[in-house]
Amino acid sequence: MSTLTGAVPTDRDRGGPGQPLLTVEGLVKHFPVKKGLGGKKAVVRAVDGVDFGILKGETLGIVGESGCGKSTTARLIMGLIAHDKGDLLFDGERIGSRALPLREFRAQTQMVFQDSYSSLNPRMTIEGSIAFGPQVHGVPKRQAIERARSLLARVGLEPARFAARYPHELSGGQRQRVNIARALALEPRLVVLDEAVSALDKSVEAQVLNLLMDLKQEFNLTYLFISHDLNVVRFICDRVAVMYLGQVVEIGPADTVLANPAHPYTAALLSSMPSMDPDARTQVAPLAGDPPNPIDPPPGCRFHPRCTLVEEVCRSVVPPLDPVDPLHRVACLARQPGSGHSLAPMMTVAA
Amino acid sequence: MTTSVNEAAVAIRGLKVVFGGVVEAVDGVDLTLERGQAVALIGESGSGKSVTLRAIMRLNPERKTKIGGQILVAGQDVMALSAKGLRALRGRAVAMIFQEPLLALDPVYTVGSQITEAIRQHEKISAADARKRALQLFERVRIPSPERRLDAYPHEMSGGMRQRAMIALALACRPQVLLADEPTTALDATVQIQILLLLRELQAELGLSTIFVTHDLGAAVEVADRIAVMYAGRIVEEGSARDVVLNPHHPYTIGLMRSRADGALSKGTRLKTIPGSPPDLANRPPGCPFAPRCFLAEDRCRVDAPAYVAVEPGHRAACWRTDAAHAAFAGDKARVLEAAV
Repeated sequence: MSTLTGAVPTDRDRGGPGQPLLTVEGLVKHFPVKKGLGGKKAVVRAVDGVDFGILKGETLGIVGESGCGKSTTARLIMGLIAHDKGDLLFDGERIGSRALPLREFRAQTQMVFQDSYSSLNPRMTIEGSIAFGPQVHGVPKRQAIERARSLLARVGLEPARFAARYPHELSGGQRQRVNIARALALEPRLVVLDEAVSALDKSVEAQVLNLLMDLKQEFNLTYLFISHDLNVVRFICDRVAVMYLGQVVEIGPADTVLANPAHPYTAALLSSMPSMDPDARTQVAPLAGDPPNPIDPPPGCRFHPRCTLVEEVCRSVVPPLDPVDPLHRVACLARQPGSGHSLAPMMTVAA
Repeated sequence: MTTSVNEAAVAIRGLKVVFGGVVEAVDGVDLTLERGQAVALIGESGSGKSVTLRAIMRLNPERKTKIGGQILVAGQDVMALSAKGLRALRGRAVAMIFQEPLLALDPVYTVGSQITEAIRQHEKISAADARKRALQLFERVRIPSPERRLDAYPHEMSGGMRQRAMIALALACRPQVLLADEPTTALDATVQIQILLLLRELQAELGLSTIFVTHDLGAAVEVADRIAVMYAGRIVEEGSARDVVLNPHHPYTIGLMRSRADGALSKGTRLKTIPGSPPDLANRPPGCPFAPRCFLAEDRCRVDAPAYVAVEPGHRAACWRTDAAHAAFAGDKARVLEAAV
């Protein structure tokens, strides 16, 4: 099928290669909760002012622990839940505006979820699941089925053997391949992968990672890759954003951030990875305690109660996400000139 | 019951577990856990690692399961135990930590009352003394403000704290053997390392013998003295953690190392994967179960199941071609070193 193999149709590319495919500005989502029986109302600050852009053709990773808001961010981008504040621009157009109605945006952005089983309809054959999206968007049934079969072949599932099966007849790795094929059926430009390989066994995970890299090349895709596994993120991502309690604390090229982290939280995440060397086991845990509750985030820098570099100023001043070099931004007072932190670099004269 | 000092803490001989008469989940496992040692059983889902672990406490559903072979815990035959003997074994001699503490703990009782209940089940002790011991345990596993946390319900605790509480519960009756089934898989990275270090510390201090089931090689390296790699219900390689990780001799172990994303030579290069998927355990192929996916398989691998080869003292691998496998791994290492220069 010719439509599947070619590059993105040029008429869909509005702003040219320099314009970010997706721009997220000041994104906020608070979920109201009740504390205790009939108690006072509180809000979970799941996403609390997130800014980043995804360039065309890149893979941006989002890492962080549970409750940091990485999955909520993905759902807000997809429009699965409505955001409270902030802007989402897709290729320069506001999502949901007249220039880019939600329906048109959804045909260009697809998502793959962590749980491969619950994200497929158990009463539909996998061929039917993959062909469903294109049919909704007006592709004739026969053509949609044909596309589904060619995609199944592309993700390594022989159509003759697998097309008529139901999700429960497949293994986890095979189901995740089906989910990837389904996401690609609408020929999207952006694919959001929310912990898409986390539930897979290591040997299967490697197969799916290879597949994702091949597909990205072949279909000119842009990925937003959400994961808690830093090894996988380092391997697949061009840039990485680190989130903590609803905010981005560091963002930059994956090689820089994961080799020379500027934020103490990123450094702690990296040194929390088990060592693979029996002669050099980890001796001291880099952080004590659990990630705090996003209902009542600490004042000042949200990381200060667990931080090794904490000083008085951190308890009251909220660190802005400022560049340490042109591509690398970090929200830590110890890295920002003139912040009042004793480790802050000397103020340089602005050019 | 005869217990001598040099008796193994757990000795498993020729363990076979068949579910529903067809699924051969465990197919001939031999494993010895020496006193004071930590062994990690690693493998992918369906490899039989958790089933093996549960068999030690006879936790697999009795009516649907056929178990063959022998399991000795401190010289005591677990298969021959009566219901009463089993109750005395569980929690007292052998205790288990589960993956998901929220599912393993009872939601309608406070954590403290669950621990005191376990203690009073096994020992004649007053409620006040049992609570005192629960408090000591909470201090031991470093739960902050332990006095207050004893009266907390499981849902009121964070994930890391719940896992600490479950460890405290497992240690309540001073068992000699601790079984841990993926104890850190559900936890965040920064919490996982805290729990791994806690387990290592407790094991050393209390002289526990531990079997630790995980799919994460990294976690295994952090806690285990020995590592046994399982595939399709069999142990394919077993040795000291050092030997298995730095000097593997089974193609499956080598495949697991290669497919790790951190093992890739450089970003963007394809990962070396193990093709295919594990065999259907209700329909085992003859010969070596790994042969259909193995990069070294030859004709005899598909006909005869390989016996264990002792590649070094205390390090065994079930493969016909251990030398070729090891040579391939040495080649990998050379390439990594080359790339680093």
